[in-house]
Amino acid sequence: MRKIKYSEALGEATLLAMEENSRVFLMGEGIDDPKAVFGSTLSALKKFGPSRVMDTPLSENAVTGIGIGAAIEGNPCVMIHMRVEFLLYAMDQIVNHAAKWNYMFGGTMPVPIVIRCIVGRGWGQASQHSQSLHALFAHIPGLKVILPATPADAKGLLYSAIKDPNPVICIEHRWLYDKVGEVPEGRYEVPIGKANVLIPGKDVTCVAVSHQVHEALAARELLLKDGIELEVIDLRTVRPIDTATILNSVRKTGRLIIADTAIKTCGISAEISAMVTEQAFHSLKEAPVRIALPDAPTPCSPALEEVYYPKISDIVEAGRRLVTGSTGDAVQNVPRLVAFQGPF
Amino acid sequence: MANLKSDTLKSLYTKMLRIRRVEETIADEYPNKEMKCPVHLSIGQEAVPVGICEQLSTADRVYSTHRCHAHYLAKDGSVPKMIAELFGKVTGCCRGKGGSMHLVDHEKGMMGSSALVGGTIPLAVGSALSFSIEKKPLVSIAFFGDGGSEEGLFYESMNFAALKKLPVIFAIENNQYATYSHQKSRQATTDIYKRGDSFGIPSAQVDGNDVETVYHTAKEAIERGRKGQGPTVIEFQTYRWRDHVGPSTDIEVGYRTQAELDGWMEKCPIQRLETKLLAQGLLTPRERDEIEAKIKTEIAEAFAFARESRYPNPSEIYTDIYA
Repeated sequence: MRKIKYSEALGEATLLAMEENSRVFLMGEGIDDPKAVFGSTLSALKKFGPSRVMDTPLSENAVTGIGIGAAIEGNPCVMIHMRVEFLLYAMDQIVNHAAKWNYMFGGTMPVPIVIRCIVGRGWGQASQHSQSLHALFAHIPGLKVILPATPADAKGLLYSAIKDPNPVICIEHRWLYDKVGEVPEGRYEVPIGKANVLIPGKDVTCVAVSHQVHEALAARELLLKDGIELEVIDLRTVRPIDTATILNSVRKTGRLIIADTAIKTCGISAEISAMVTEQAFHSLKEAPVRIALPDAPTPCSPALEEVYYPKISDIVEAGRRLVTGSTGDAVQNVPRLVAFQGPF
Repeated sequence: MANLKSDTLKSLYTKMLRIRRVEETIADEYPNKEMKCPVHLSIGQEAVPVGICEQLSTADRVYSTHRCHAHYLAKDGSVPKMIAELFGKVTGCCRGKGGSMHLVDHEKGMMGSSALVGGTIPLAVGSALSFSIEKKPLVSIAFFGDGGSEEGLFYESMNFAALKKLPVIFAIENNQYATYSHQKSRQATTDIYKRGDSFGIPSAQVDGNDVETVYHTAKEAIERGRKGQGPTVIEFQTYRWRDHVGPSTDIEVGYRTQAELDGWMEKCPIQRLETKLLAQGLLTPRERDEIEAKIKTEIAEAFAFARESRYPNPSEIYTDIYA
């Protein structure tokens, strides 16, 4: 199968949805500039021009509301933010309006809007360009929240999201943009709300989110050298969560690692840990382990970034400890997945 | 300003009177505790929604606020479905999920109302953006108050609407108070309509208790919108007679005077039009009584419908979270 980049896969999904429904349009700050959101809006821009790939003023809250209003009228809107933090200006429109409009009005007011946003990491992005806030949105009934981790899912999940009659938050990790992978040609949907067992394994379940999926896959290779099989589940969607796939896996392995890109406290890792403890307590051989960020804003200095982000070796050590009771010797030959050198 | 036809004047009168009587009945019935939700009554402010909505089709859009009863009724929303909604019944316009602050009638173009002040301003602009993209000669109305005009959403929305020349009317019902805070304690300058100037939007400040003035001012704005000439800001000066929330009068709270209220009650939009119509022979006392009687029956039937309707089943907590 042909291989393309994650950013190109996002672009393909967008283009397909726009070709299929002439009322779909994109909005966002600078999305029609030459860099075209790291290339992800380029094909749509070339084909449909700035009337359907609409640059907007720096007015996130109102522009989100305007997207909601147009979506209610039957013009599905894809709103794009270069960093998730800009979207926080629009929390009122997302949480109070988009998430409530259909429910509050007795099912008469669907809001087909997709809100794409990017999470930064590394090269000193610091505290306001790097937050993984999917749990914040997952807390809100009425929203759907997806985090495609592979190029194939980037296309299939975004395509599903644009066709979905509900508000969908699509969170894209910056380090995934240049990742290359097999992506089918043409139309296909990856269902929202369904996790993906990427590689089965009998010893430990690892539920991973976004970029952590790739760290978990690397950890799996290293753990195999110790004779430990990690079952890697790409969670894909944090609202609604596919509890059945997680529970099935934990009932088989009896051990759970949750690898998240976000802060540990009140994160999605806490939710999954609680859910498994409530519903599969007697299947657990050990307490669940959460690999997540410390309770601190993201620092800028490379020396602090290095300590701040969990490593592949943390997943390896957690896997060893769950199976053998010991983290063992220092993990050798840990691959470096991304050499992100900025600037943005 | 051309004179309105007598049919139009009678329609304006009937619609304002219906809103007044619905609101008064809600106030009278509220102590019975069958309507278990906060109500923000529109008594005194009937002219603005009626003067505007009289000129709209069902395909034109209205977005509203927590004080939404008058907008819903002016846009021809069903009275029984409204009262059933206030009763929390499954036959309500939101199946009992919205209540008094969230009235909707998609088929009539009443697109919903938000309890977050200013929250629906951009939604109305979004409808207008859709009309502009689809080249439909329709308009969208954002109703909000002097409080809503203080939100950043208003300024962001005006900029966007002016930039894209969208057919939206920012219809500001300035009743001077945000709950119990007077406009002068909140705004550095109080001519809200002048905010439109900064964005090059045609703007006006008019008597919001004179339904004919409302009608004529809105007419120009609606025509401008339909011709693709962009948005309009209109500040309507009006006044709420009852408490911010709840059925009562509120002079005893101490934030406004009886004299101030009396002054505005003398400018009652319904009385003003009725006096004129009777004087000019466009309405006879008998016709007036017939209108009153018809409205009374309609309201009684609506309350009976609400009482007889069932509550939603418990399982409906989980319906319509997603479309």
